[in-house]
Amino acid sequence: MTWQPDVETIDRAELEQLQLERLEATLNRVYRNVPVYRKRFDEIGFDPDSLRSLADLRRLPFTTKRDFRDAHPYGLFAVPLRDVVRVHASSGTTGMATAVGYTRNDLKTWADLVARVLVAAGVGKDDVVQVAFDYGLFTGAFGFHHGAERLGASVIPVSGANPNRQIQIMQDYRSTALVTTPSHALTLADALVDSGVNRSALALRWGLFGAEPWSESMRAELEEKLKLTATDNYGLSEVMGPGVSGECLERAGLHVAEDHFLVEVVDPETLEPLPEGQVGELVVTTLTREALPVVRFRTRDLTSVVTERGACGRTLARMGRVKGRTDDLVIVKGARVFPSEIEAVLFEIEGTAPHYQIVLERRSGQDEATVLVEAGDALAGRGEARAELQGAVQRRLALELGVSVEVRIVDPRSIQRSAGKARRVVDQRRP
Amino acid sequence: MLKVRNLDVSYGPLAVLRNVSLHVNPGEIVTLIGANGAGKTTLLRSVAGLVPARGGAIAFRGAEVRGVRPERIVAAGCSLVPEGRQVFAAMPVRENLLLGGYVQYRRAGRRESRHDVEHVYELFPVLRQRERQLAGTLSGGEQQMLAIGRALMARPALMMLDEPSMGLAPLVVKDILAIVERISAEGTTVLLVEQNARSALRIASRGYVLENGRIVLQGTSDELLANRDVQRAYLGSEVEAERGPAAGKGERP
Repeated sequence: MTWQPDVETIDRAELEQLQLERLEATLNRVYRNVPVYRKRFDEIGFDPDSLRSLADLRRLPFTTKRDFRDAHPYGLFAVPLRDVVRVHASSGTTGMATAVGYTRNDLKTWADLVARVLVAAGVGKDDVVQVAFDYGLFTGAFGFHHGAERLGASVIPVSGANPNRQIQIMQDYRSTALVTTPSHALTLADALVDSGVNRSALALRWGLFGAEPWSESMRAELEEKLKLTATDNYGLSEVMGPGVSGECLERAGLHVAEDHFLVEVVDPETLEPLPEGQVGELVVTTLTREALPVVRFRTRDLTSVVTERGACGRTLARMGRVKGRTDDLVIVKGARVFPSEIEAVLFEIEGTAPHYQIVLERRSGQDEATVLVEAGDALAGRGEARAELQGAVQRRLALELGVSVEVRIVDPRSIQRSAGKARRVVDQRRP
Repeated sequence: MLKVRNLDVSYGPLAVLRNVSLHVNPGEIVTLIGANGAGKTTLLRSVAGLVPARGGAIAFRGAEVRGVRPERIVAAGCSLVPEGRQVFAAMPVRENLLLGGYVQYRRAGRRESRHDVEHVYELFPVLRQRERQLAGTLSGGEQQMLAIGRALMARPALMMLDEPSMGLAPLVVKDILAIVERISAEGTTVLLVEQNARSALRIASRGYVLENGRIVLQGTSDELLANRDVQRAYLGSEVEAERGPAAGKGERP
């Protein structure tokens, strides 16, 4: 099922023409209306009139989170504030939250793009969609809220209630789709087990989990515990919010809304474009945003993109599941480690719970990483088994990551749960 | 149907179109809006082969037509209804039409041409009444109908219309746009340049906004109608008026 079949299965040559037209209009607009872009384009002698093909985009400088901060709050807006009908903020996963504006058309496009993601993930107008993201400046909740309404589904804006209340509502309102972060979904799954509610008393069928990187093992666990089909979706506030890409039920990558976003993958260090299919940093250029067009935004998210047609019939490119953020990349004794890699290992080891935290410390001038892993309920209080488990995890991590890290098994439920994005890395190197 | 990429057109040292890209899909009505001097007419004239382009590509039904002679472009199925009608004033209505059908006459013969004239008369009954009258003696609206009829005689796949409502009374404008819709419904693709942006967007599926020879906005007609820049620059105060008391009136029981 597709929400906008004419675009989602567009011929790629036609798509390219559309992208070029929209890119030209976008560049003309930012050059005219946003001083930062005009200055940058002038500095490198780039005239928007000289853009001949999509590849010419590579001549342009990147936009970074820093540019958003420097221009805070409205400096990057391309329309006067009176044309802006909504302001959100980026979630501020790293550092300061920055303002994001939407015109009426931007909101309409946003709702359609989220509806695409919902439909691709199995949700239809008869579904009851429980949005468990926090409503507020963060784009996740409102994005899904309006997308689901656009689709005609019934929306339950639960927001960030405590797990028991979420489950109560899930039960009472017969929610069929759950929208939240994967880590929060796991918290709900655990609470469900604790509450003794019969899973078959729930009507859940679809889980749309996003806003943080998660692994296939985590997907298997969530599907098993919540008895639903879980899909990944991706977005970022700086360019819009959720709706940038989402998995279809084939679950072979996240289809990118390429008619509204131009995506590139670059080497995060050299910033050179990478060949199709290689993992690097995702760079996004908006093609239709009116209030806040963004040219070559460095997302800091690591993924790959392929343009081959999907088995579902969609021709829009697919990005791989986000492996991590360039800022999450933990360098331990010279080795590059992503939290998601640690997560994948933990899922494979019996006796651990899928909750973990990586603590970085500086001891006698050297960086040390400690992975805190929660013991499963079965191991509570059994010291000997724990020591054994610790050894096993440590050996396995050393093998997979190529570097030895310290492992500490901690009590069940002792790592702080979050209602929003999980905090996987605690950096204590700079107090 | 039509795919324009990176079109540059200059009159001497003066750049009129800069890096313009747009496309028209089969069956669509697409409109170009923009202020006077934005380059709308130049764009249509360069697609029609009347103005040479300095750079870029124009593909019509998959074939490159940039640099192709105008009569060949007409023969390929792309007709222009020029700004200011440009009917042959000293010739009767019927002869104007037959001239427009010259391509079709060469291709299919006299009988087909006559048949096409009949079709134009069906669309514009008033032209039948004026059949023997000199075109120069027709009213503005009638001349516009004749100009459209003349273009139709070549049986175009794509009809480009340049300001068909210019200088016409509001009621006549309505008629002309209804005719454009009908032509579209009969299977002809339409690229429409119109001063009256609001009426044009009402019948079009998509539109492009040209400013100083550059495309600055594009989107579906609904999106453009909702865009505040478009509202301010091209739709004027009528939008506000419509959203005000008039909109409220309809909702009352």
